Amino acid sequence: MARKIDPPVVTAETKAFWNAAREGRLTVPFCTACGKAHWYPRAICPFCASDKLEWRAASGKGTLYTFSVMRRVKEPYAIAHVTLAEGPTMLTNIVDCDFDALAIGQPVAVVFKDTENGPPVPMFKPV
Amino acid sequence: MTVNDKAYIAGAYEHPTRLAPDKSVAQLHAEVALGALADAGLTRDDVDGYFCSGDAPGPGPASMAEYMNLKLRHVDSTEIGGASYTLLAAHAAQAIALGKCDVALITLAGRPRSEGMATGTAPRPRDPNQPEAGFEAPYAITTANGYAMCAMRHMHDYGTTSAQLAWVKVAASHHAQYNPHAMLPEVVTVEDVVNSPLIADPLHRLDCCVISDGGGALVIVRPEIAKTLKRPPVKIIGAGEAVKHLAGGTFDLTTSGAARAGPMAFAEAGVTPADIKYASIYDSFTITVVIQLEDLGFCAKGAGGKFVADGNLISGVGKLPFNTDGGGLCNNHPANRGSMTKVIEAVRQLRGEAHPAVQVKNCDLALAQGTGFQLGTRHGSATLIMERE
Repeated sequence: MARKIDPPVVTAETKAFWNAAREGRLTVPFCTACGKAHWYPRAICPFCASDKLEWRAASGKGTLYTFSVMRRVKEPYAIAHVTLAEGPTMLTNIVDCDFDALAIGQPVAVVFKDTENGPPVPMFKPV
Repeated sequence: MTVNDKAYIAGAYEHPTRLAPDKSVAQLHAEVALGALADAGLTRDDVDGYFCSGDAPGPGPASMAEYMNLKLRHVDSTEIGGASYTLLAAHAAQAIALGKCDVALITLAGRPRSEGMATGTAPRPRDPNQPEAGFEAPYAITTANGYAMCAMRHMHDYGTTSAQLAWVKVAASHHAQYNPHAMLPEVVTVEDVVNSPLIADPLHRLDCCVISDGGGALVIVRPEIAKTLKRPPVKIIGAGEAVKHLAGGTFDLTTSGAARAGPMAFAEAGVTPADIKYASIYDSFTITVVIQLEDLGFCAKGAGGKFVADGNLISGVGKLPFNTDGGGLCNNHPANRGSMTKVIEAVRQLRGEAHPAVQVKNCDLALAQGTGFQLGTRHGSATLIMERE
C-alpha cells in the first residue's frame, strides 16, 4: 500500500499494545473482572469500570463489519470496521487486496503495516 | 421541569453569503447576531444569555462575547459538532425556564470554503489526548468515508440502494431551485446522483453536502417578551439530546443518537411523528437523512430507503416535506455545521415565510434534527420540536 500511514499516538495507557505490535503481535485488553475484551484499549474497563485488565494475545482473525473505499485521493484506501474473533469491533484499513471484491461479512486476518517513524499498526487482509 | 411552553424563537437569520473571503469569522458571527436581533425587533442590549459552539473563535463564549460587547448573566458553549445548534436552542429554552436569562442569542459562523478546507475527504486534525487518537488517525478516517461505512452497512442489512439515497438529494434540489441564495440551485435527477463520481463507496459526489462560508443566528426569549414582539410566535415545545459512540467495540452503525433524542423530544412535546407537518433533517450526506428519519420514527428501521423514494420528501408532492431551503445538500452548510440552518428553515415554515413554492400549508408543527461529528464512530444528536401559536 502506497499511502503514507501516520504513526499512532502512543500513551502510557497503550504503550504495551504498541510494544507487542512492534513484535508483530495483536493484543486486546481483556477484563478479568467481567471477562470481556474491549476496543479501543483503555486502562479502565468500559463495561464494568474495573481496572483489572490484562493484554491477551488475539487470534488476528475477524470479519468485515463494514467498509468504504476512499476514491477521491491519490492512493485509494479502504477504511473498515472489523469484528475480532475475541468480540469487539475495531476501526482499521483493509489492505493487500482487490478493493472491488470486498464484501461485508467476509473473513479477514491481521497484517501489520509500517508507519512513518512509529510502531506498525494492525490492518487486515481478506483470507 | 419541561421546556414545553417556556420559550419562543423570536428571531432567526441566515447569512446570505456562501463565500466570504473578505470577512473574518468573528465578523460573520456578529453580522448574524445583529440580523437575528433585528428580525426579532430587539437590540444587542437586550441580550443577557449567549450560546455558541466550537465554531466560535476563541475559548468558549469569551472572545465573541467581548467582540460583540455583550453583557451577560448566562453562557453555554456545548460542543456536539453540527448538532450543537438544535441542542443550544433547547439549552436556551431550559435556561429561560429556570430564570437564568430572558433573551438568549445563539450564533454560528465559519469560512471553510474560503479557507480551502478539504472538509470531507481529508482527516481532521485531532487532539493527541483524545483517547481513541492512536487507534483511529493511522487509518485516515474522514467525514466522507466514516458516513459511507454507515451507508454500506445500511445497504447490507436492509437492502437500501444508491437510487433510494439519491432521492434525498433530488428532493433537496427541487426545493433549492426556489432559493436565490442556494449554492446548487439546479434540479437533479436520480441518474445525475448515481452517475456522479464516487467519493467514498457507496457515496457519490451528489450524496455529499456543499462546503460553504456563512452562518446563522437565533434569538430565543421568555413568553412575556415574545408577546410584546411583532413576529409570528414560534414556541419550543420539546427537545432531546444524545451522544452515541462505539461503546467499547459493541455497536451498530445503522442507528444514530436520534433513536434516543427523538423519543425524548416527542414525549416532551406530547406529539408523534405523524403530527409533524415539516421536518428539517440534517443532511451532511443522503444516508444521514435516511438513518435519522428511521430513528425519529417517521418510518420503521430499515424502511428509510423506501420512505424517501419517489419524491416523498418534496414539498407539495410527498408525505413529509423536508429541508425546503435546499438543505446542506444544495443550499448551505456554514462552518461544516448544519443544524442552525435546520432550525431557521423550520422557523420560516412555521411563520409561513418559506418560499411560496415550498411553503407547507397550515404548517403549525415542525421538527429540526441535528447530527454532529462522525456517524461512523461517535456523534452528537439533538432534536427540537416547535409549534406555531
